[in-house]
Amino acid sequence: MAEEKKGLSHDTIERNTLLLIVLVLITVSIGGLVQIVPLFTIESTIEKVEGVRPYSPLELAGQDIYFREGCYNCHSQMIRPFRDEVERYGHYSLAAESMYDHPFQWGSKRTGPDLARVGGKYSNDWQVAHLVNPRAVVPESIMPGYSWMKDRPLKYADIADRMKTLRIVGVPYTDEQIASAKADLEAQKAPDGDTSALLKRYPKAVVANFTGNKAVTEMDALVAYLQVLGTMVDFTKYQSPKQLLQ
Amino acid sequence: MTSATLTPGAALGGQRSDEVRYYEDVIRLFTIAAVFWGVVGFAAGVFIALQLAFPALNLGLEWTSFGRLRPVHTSAVIFAFGGNVLFATSLYSVQRTCRQFLFGGEGLAKFVFWNYQIFIVLAALSYALGYTQGKEYAEPEWILDLYLTVIWVTYAIIFIGTVMTRRESHIYVANWFFLAFILTVAILHLGNNVNVPVSLFGMKSYTVVSGVQSAMVQWWYGHNAVGFFLTAGFLGIMYYFVPKRAERPVYSYRLSIVHFWTLIFLYIWAGPHHLHYTALPDWAQTLGMTFSIMLWMPSWGGMINGIMTLSGAWDKLRTDPVLRFLVTSVAFYGMSTFEGPLMSVKPVNALSHYTDWTVGHVHSGALGWVAFISFGAIYFLVPVLWKRQQLYSLRLVSYHFWTATIGIVLYITAMWVSGIMQGLMWRAYDNLGFLQYSFVETVAAMHPFYVIRAMGGVLFLTGALIMVYNLWRTAKGDIRIEKPYVTAPHKAAVGAA
Repeated sequence: MAEEKKGLSHDTIERNTLLLIVLVLITVSIGGLVQIVPLFTIESTIEKVEGVRPYSPLELAGQDIYFREGCYNCHSQMIRPFRDEVERYGHYSLAAESMYDHPFQWGSKRTGPDLARVGGKYSNDWQVAHLVNPRAVVPESIMPGYSWMKDRPLKYADIADRMKTLRIVGVPYTDEQIASAKADLEAQKAPDGDTSALLKRYPKAVVANFTGNKAVTEMDALVAYLQVLGTMVDFTKYQSPKQLLQ
Repeated sequence: MTSATLTPGAALGGQRSDEVRYYEDVIRLFTIAAVFWGVVGFAAGVFIALQLAFPALNLGLEWTSFGRLRPVHTSAVIFAFGGNVLFATSLYSVQRTCRQFLFGGEGLAKFVFWNYQIFIVLAALSYALGYTQGKEYAEPEWILDLYLTVIWVTYAIIFIGTVMTRRESHIYVANWFFLAFILTVAILHLGNNVNVPVSLFGMKSYTVVSGVQSAMVQWWYGHNAVGFFLTAGFLGIMYYFVPKRAERPVYSYRLSIVHFWTLIFLYIWAGPHHLHYTALPDWAQTLGMTFSIMLWMPSWGGMINGIMTLSGAWDKLRTDPVLRFLVTSVAFYGMSTFEGPLMSVKPVNALSHYTDWTVGHVHSGALGWVAFISFGAIYFLVPVLWKRQQLYSLRLVSYHFWTATIGIVLYITAMWVSGIMQGLMWRAYDNLGFLQYSFVETVAAMHPFYVIRAMGGVLFLTGALIMVYNLWRTAKGDIRIEKPYVTAPHKAAVGAA
C-alpha cells in the first residue's frame, strides 16, 4: 500500500476509531461538495428565459395535490433533447422551467407519458374526464382513477402561508400576490368574473370552471396546474422547432 | 494485522467469550421485526405490481392508489426490512468483533428499536394519507425526518460507543463498513431534508432547494441510499456472516482496505447518472458517468473478496443452503454492480432511463443482493439467538432459496424485455418518418411483462413465507425429520448408500 510507504500504515487507522471516523467523513464529502456547490455558484446553470413565473395560487394548490398523490412515481417532467422526445412532447426542458418547483418533479420513470409540456395539449374537459376515469378516454391506460377528487372541496385557508413559505425558500412572490392569494385562487375558477388582475399577476394562467362545481375542488386545482405545465416559456422567440430538430 | 481481527469471532474461541455477556434480547426483537417487515414489504410490492397489470386494483380509493402505495412498498423493503436487518446484524456482530456489550446498555438499543418501529408505522400511514415531501425514497415529511434523526443519532452513539470501548486492538473490517454506512446515511438524510414547514402544527413543508439543485441533491441522496444503506451496510453483513458461516477467514485483507476506501470515495460521485440528458449541466452528468464506471472496480473487489472467502470450502455450498444464500447474494451483487455502470453510460442510459430496465436493475440488487444476504444472515442468527442447536429444516431453506431465485429470474428478465422494448418503441420511426407508436401503445405492450413480474414477486413472497414458518419452528425448538445433507464427499456418499 502507498500508505505504508509514506509511513502511515492502515494499521494505525484500524486502531483509532476517531481517526477512522474523520477519514471516512472526509472521503465521503468530496464528491458531493464538488457536484452540488457549483450548481449554486455557476450562473449558466439556469439559463435566463422570459416567461417563467411563480405558480398562481390555484396552480400551486394543484401542484401540492400532484405531490400528495405521488404522480412523480409514474410521470416525468423532463423532456430530453432527443428527436423522438421533442416530437412526442415538445421542446426539451430547460432548467429555468422547474426553478420554482420545491422539490423538482423531473421524475425517474415513465409508466405514463412525460408531463413537462402537457399544458394546453388537452382540453379542460378531457383532463377532468381522464382523471375521473382514465380508461373512459384511453382504454389501454393503467392509471388510477381519481373520481373522488372531483367533488372534494379544496382546502386553501393556508394558501397565503404556503406562498410565504415558498418566498422564504426563494420563490419571488410579491406582497401583493400574497395579499390577494385567496381572491386570485377563487378568480381563476370563475371565468365570468374580472380576471384581469389575476392574469396580470400570473400571465397565461388558464381561467376556467374546470369541474363545473360551484365550490373550488381539488380537481380544479390539479387541472389548473396541469394546464400551465410547459406553457410559460414562448419558444418561438428563441428558435423554431425545425431548427431544433437539425 | 493479526488473524484474530480478520476472522470474526476468532477471539471468542476458548474461555474469553465468557468474560462478556452480550445483549441479545434486542437483537431478537430486530430480527423478528426484519422478518415481519420483509413479508409486509414484499406483499406490498406484489400488490402494486398487480396494480400495474390490472389497474382496477387501485380500487378507486385515495389511500390505495399506486402513487401513494409505491412509497409504502419502497420504504417497507428498504427502511423497514433492510433497516431492521442492518440494526440486528450490526449490533449483533459489533459486540462480538469488539468483545464488548452494547454501549449505553440494552435500554438504549431498545429505545432505537421501539422508536424505529413507530417511525416506520407513522411514515407508512402518512404516505397512505397523502403526506409526502414528493421525493423518491425520502418521502417522510419534516416532523418525521426530525424523529428519524434522533433515532439515527442514538444508533450511531451505540455503535460508535461500542467500537470505541472495544476490547480488541483492531476495528474489524465489517465495522468499517457499518461505520461508513451510519455516518454517511446521517449526512445524506440531513442534507436532503432541509425543508421549511408551512406551519409548526402541520405536516406540509417545502424543500429549500428547487429545480436543478433539488434534482442534484435528491440523487446525491438517492444514489447513496443505495450506495451506503443498501451496499456499504450490507457489505458489513457480508464481512461478518460469510466468513463466519464458511468458517474461513476473509480472502484478502489488502483487497478489503483498497475496496473499502475506493468504494466510499467513488460512490458519492455517481448520483448524476440518474439525471443524464436532463437540464442538469453536462459537466455534472459527465462526472457522474465517469465515477459510475470507475465504481465497477471496487464493487467487484468486494464481490471477489466475499466469494473467494469460500476458498477451500466450496463443497459447503452443496450441503449448506444458508451459505448458498450468502454466496448467491454476493454473485447478484457482482451482477448488478456490472449492470449499473453499464446503464450509467450516457448512450445506454438514453435507452434505459424512464423504463422498466431501471426497475429490473434495482430489483436484481434489492432481491438478489440485499434480501438474499439478509435471509442468509437471519437463518444464521435465529438458531443462535434462540439458543437452538440448528434450524428446524435445512431442506426448507433450500426450497426458499430456489423459489426466491426463480422469482428473481422471472422478475428481472421480464423487466429487461419490457424496458428495452419500451425504450425502443418510444424511439421507433416508420417509413414515412413519423413516430411509429403512440405512448399508450407502449403501455399496452407492457402488460404481459407486468403479469410475469408480478408472478416473480409472488414466488419471492412465497419463499419468504416458507422462511417465516421455518424460523417459527426453529424458535420453538423443533427439528424437522428430513433427509440430511451429506457432508462427506459426494461419491463416497453414493457408495455408502
